[in-house]
Amino acid sequence: MSVSPKEYKKMEEKAAPKTKSLRNLSGAFFIGGAFCLLGQALLELYKNLGMGSPSASLLTSVSLIALSAVLTGIGVYDKIAKFGGGGTLVPITGFANAVVSPAMEYKSEGFVLGLGVKIFTVAGPVIVYGTLASVVYGAIYYIMNKI
Amino acid sequence: MILDSPVSVFSSAAVGGKKEGEGPLGADFDFINEDSRFGEKTWEKAESKMQELAAKAALKKCGLSMTDMDFIFAGDLLNQCIASAFSARGSKVPYIGLYGACSTFAEALGLSAIFAEGIAQNCLAVASSHFCSAERQYRFPLEYGGQRPPSSQWTATASGAAVVSKNERPPFIKAVCFGTVEDLGINDQNNMGAAMAPSASATLSTFFKDTYTDPSDYDLIVTGDLGAVGAELLKELMEKEGFDLGENYNDCGLMLFEREKQQVESGASGCGCSAAVISGHIIPKLRCGELKNVLAISTGALMSPTSVLQGETIPGVAHLICFSSEKGGIF
Repeated sequence: MSVSPKEYKKMEEKAAPKTKSLRNLSGAFFIGGAFCLLGQALLELYKNLGMGSPSASLLTSVSLIALSAVLTGIGVYDKIAKFGGGGTLVPITGFANAVVSPAMEYKSEGFVLGLGVKIFTVAGPVIVYGTLASVVYGAIYYIMNKI
Repeated sequence: MILDSPVSVFSSAAVGGKKEGEGPLGADFDFINEDSRFGEKTWEKAESKMQELAAKAALKKCGLSMTDMDFIFAGDLLNQCIASAFSARGSKVPYIGLYGACSTFAEALGLSAIFAEGIAQNCLAVASSHFCSAERQYRFPLEYGGQRPPSSQWTATASGAAVVSKNERPPFIKAVCFGTVEDLGINDQNNMGAAMAPSASATLSTFFKDTYTDPSDYDLIVTGDLGAVGAELLKELMEKEGFDLGENYNDCGLMLFEREKQQVESGASGCGCSAAVISGHIIPKLRCGELKNVLAISTGALMSPTSVLQGETIPGVAHLICFSSEKGGIF
């Protein structure tokens, strides 16, 4: 081969199309914003129905998770995500999608060794490092309060 | 490897999913399944079923039955090649399972040709890939929401089968060139075209040098699934080797779908891509004489999900089949 890996890397960078950042960012902005707007609307609705602030917040999260799970189940969420990108990934709805989609996918290998084992294949790292980060944060918070 | 007595591609058939049926080559498929499940419960079974359907259709076209086959050469992308093995389960024909990633169909055809030139009368070459079974093995669950980078490719839901025999029906396989494993350091699994282009370039230039031919001797040179990025890189690499691929070059990954409209980014990929395009589109054109001399090079990216996570680069391999509508000539 007359081309070195280094030269080839340059050729590859030139040939590979660039990600359409402007389009992706605006998609994420609007879809992400829409989810937040919906969340806020639900929160206000629950408050108006006479709920206290903590319960209303909790119910808002639960509603969004349920909505995302249903949208994933009927095969719509991935289509929104194709347009929304990070806007569908970051909110709580993205997390629900990351749990529900493997659950659906691996059901064919059985409820225990398929669904049960694989359900956290996508969301697993978020749970592990989220928990770890909260422990570290808790420790720092504790020490700061002692000083 | 030039065959002393070229063997015939007696018949061939292609089977595809809904998206493939909607593409520019939709009419070339022998069978299109509307929901891509092929009446099966799992995607893996659906892929096996596709192979069975493709093999049956190919056999029917030449009036032979499975028991007339001396060997089956088959492969797919699934772990342990289950789609091929399971579809050969009821055949009672000696089965040789192959793995060459997306280069599998050319690998199967090449071996079939060599066997049919020698000890065998009829060989069956089959390969398949299924978008849904590949996606769950290599990437994310189907319903997981995410965006694909523009250099990524769409695994074709398709299967192709060909009966290779000792007889006089065109087209003929005149030569076979099995490729070397090449790696120029690409480690992005969303850019497999770039990872495979060096192997296609190596196989093609070896073939041209060995046979004293050049791209202008062929009316079509077609690679398996390099996609838009890989095809561009192959042209550049070949220029550096001193060969201009010219207007007669195309890529099965670019032929199978309308890239913009069907949203497949850089093009199609998977064993089924080159298997279906070669079986359903190119071989019939050679048979009727619309094409005379064709080089088909299936390209495979030889990574696994494990090797990618361990930070390995992606090696590629490319196998070449030289088809001709006439038994004599070219070399």
